[in-house]
Amino acid sequence: MGEFHLTTPIIEEAVRRLKVGDTLYVSGTIVTARDEAHLKALELHNAGKKLPVNFEGIGVFHCGPVMKKSETGEWTVIAAGPTTSARMEIFEEEFIKAFHPRIIIGKGGMGMRTTKACQEEVCVYGAFTGGAALLAANRIKKVKDVFWLQELGMPECLWVYEVKDFGPLVVAIDSHGNNLFAQVNDRVRENVTKVYKQLHIIEPGG
Amino acid sequence: MELPEIIENVAIELLRSAVTKLPDSVEKALLKALEESQTDVAKTQLQAIVDDFITAKTSILPMCQDTGVVSFFVKAGEHFPIIAELPNILKKATIKATHDVPLRPNAVDLFKGNTGNNVADYIPWIYWEIVPNSNMLELVAFPKGGGSTNISKLGLLKPGEGLKGIKRFIVDSVVDAGAKGCPPYFLGIGIGGGEDIAMNLAKKALLRSVGTHNTNLKIAELEKELLKALNELKIGVMGLGEGPTVLSVHIEVAGRHPASLPVGIVFSCWADRHAGARIDSEGNITYLNF
Repeated sequence: MGEFHLTTPIIEEAVRRLKVGDTLYVSGTIVTARDEAHLKALELHNAGKKLPVNFEGIGVFHCGPVMKKSETGEWTVIAAGPTTSARMEIFEEEFIKAFHPRIIIGKGGMGMRTTKACQEEVCVYGAFTGGAALLAANRIKKVKDVFWLQELGMPECLWVYEVKDFGPLVVAIDSHGNNLFAQVNDRVRENVTKVYKQLHIIEPGG
Repeated sequence: MELPEIIENVAIELLRSAVTKLPDSVEKALLKALEESQTDVAKTQLQAIVDDFITAKTSILPMCQDTGVVSFFVKAGEHFPIIAELPNILKKATIKATHDVPLRPNAVDLFKGNTGNNVADYIPWIYWEIVPNSNMLELVAFPKGGGSTNISKLGLLKPGEGLKGIKRFIVDSVVDAGAKGCPPYFLGIGIGGGEDIAMNLAKKALLRSVGTHNTNLKIAELEKELLKALNELKIGVMGLGEGPTVLSVHIEVAGRHPASLPVGIVFSCWADRHAGARIDSEGNITYLNF
């Protein structure tokens, strides 16, 4: 399992080299988007309208950060760890196909629809340590922009960050159809029977 | 300083402390998990967790961006002079802490959207307890993150399913939770009572120091048995399949209706955050250790 450092805009070949289990660090631009930002972005796209951010080749970060505005009006990141990506599963396939980001960053993994979209559109999902919000904040070097703040609020709006070596991300979905969380899940399902027996929920041999 | 102001300041400090500094027993459990981890992925993930909460403690900043929905466990002595005003004092403290710490605005009104200050109808929620013959106020700030809230469960089992049914429900709930709520988890489990009582006890069970067991030996045995077995699922740190899945199981049991067997399970992510203090009617403050 290798370690990779990529800079946005990320090219297709660089993404193809990544395999599940690899460690990845991203530099360049990443944009936060959670449930409501995904929904709004897709609504605008489907209505033929333009987004304030071009997601092509950059990272989408499932994150609702704590931000603070200084007296001079500048935003700084206080805490910015990943949120649970599973909630975005209902949007991500369409989002990847519509906007062509190269990396989705979050926690907890995503499902088979996202895995398929990653394979078709050459994208990866990188898992950042859940809750490690200060580690993430330390890798965010600049708040470049913010959109939809008034309408969606601080956790749900689009924060555009410039990052340096953002990570470590564990590549959990690669562009070859592999899904690390699904693999772990399969093993957990096998372990359940063993655990049932250990707890005498079912009898040994049963 | 007047007592209401003292309470407000203590509540602000408790919210700050809860989101920036883990209880000692939680910290110890995570450090031990890192020390005992054998594989690269588990080590990297646990190291990131430890680095994060140490940075939080030294910089006095929230360890996680999800600073939770705010609730307080309140034990009010019957002779403590301020009881009726408490909800307002705690609301004011929450608004101030949101600005000062800062906390992420996490209170969303169904129709009006995010209130921007962590205060909304019924929020901060207060778990009340009135203590006879006491002049003390005990306050515990308990901000609960959304990720681990979403995987919590209530099972209304048939009494005939018994202990086996309870164990099965808990195993299945942890399997369903998988990676979603930031494991390694701390589990609070409430058995019996009623639908709301089981969930309430489950949440309250999380306040016990990690590593302690129920004083009822049979329940303590169940806690130990489940802790061992749940780790055999090998969901692992962050659900990546390596390292511990669960670091503690705390169970509280209430009497139940003959026809019902409610089981509540409340998950805490690795950031099992809470902080408490006691204030006497003279305004003297003692901070609690969990």
